[in-house]
Amino acid sequence: MVATVTRPHPTAKTYWLVAAFLAAVTAVEIAISYLEFLGPAKGVLLVTLGGVKFFTVVAVFMHLRYDVRGYRMLFLFGIVGTLIVFAAVLAAMQAF
Amino acid sequence: MAVATDDVFEEHDFESTADPIHRTRKTAMWIWLGSEVFFFGAMISTFLLYRNTTNDGPGAEIFNVPFTSASSFILLTSSLTMVLADSAFQRRDQRQGRIWLIGTVGLGLTFLAGQIFEFTEFVEQGLTLSTSPFGSAFYMLTGFHGAHVAAGVLMLSLLIAFSLRGRLSPDHGMNVELTALYWHFVDIVWIVIFTVVYLLQI
Repeated sequence: MVATVTRPHPTAKTYWLVAAFLAAVTAVEIAISYLEFLGPAKGVLLVTLGGVKFFTVVAVFMHLRYDVRGYRMLFLFGIVGTLIVFAAVLAAMQAF
Repeated sequence: MAVATDDVFEEHDFESTADPIHRTRKTAMWIWLGSEVFFFGAMISTFLLYRNTTNDGPGAEIFNVPFTSASSFILLTSSLTMVLADSAFQRRDQRQGRIWLIGTVGLGLTFLAGQIFEFTEFVEQGLTLSTSPFGSAFYMLTGFHGAHVAAGVLMLSLLIAFSLRGRLSPDHGMNVELTALYWHFVDIVWIVIFTVVYLLQI
């Protein structure tokens, strides 16, 4: 059974700040996507920044940072499972 | 039970969190969202496998990244309005909650209009569902995401209607929270699609 202990949720001010942060990261992502001289580093940077945005929304807007740990585990199970399936598909298609 | 308000945290209705029925519904929602990660993960994997299989038809070069970037900002902003709506309903401020919900619906509809415009442009440039594996994978992935946004807009519209009829009492606050979870999920899927399908391909 999922435990019921939670932390209080953030205020509206925090939500606005997080939204501004997400918008800024998106702007940086778009700028990076046009910088050809970055080479392979471009992909790494874009995936990293996309990951930062992804987990920021999940943690703050979806309240996973403040809710019970069980919910976190359920969602992580989906993400880890997907990565395993993705790796298996790529291996099966000999994409490595 | 409510907790003390300070500069960082706000008053939050913890009774709903402790209620077994609400807890079960929220757990079910997270299980379903976890399964949705698999669903979109499979679609994104398929796109990555076929991203270069264009059969001499149009490929990623036809993407209009500035336009899609604007769409991304719109969807990100809708996550803000959604969380503010959820927060207002948690405070039992129905009027404020409704205003933010209407804003979220408006932004969701704008995103969908942008997607329809984008699809129309791509079809005119020769990229259809059957042009190539690239086209099939692209339209299936972004189309299913669009369908999820449309379903979210429908759910939000129902919440607004319930609220106007007085059928969204504080006891039903969980409905807003669960819809908010769904809406944010749609947003994070788009974050991945925007990065993998658009930005990494140009």
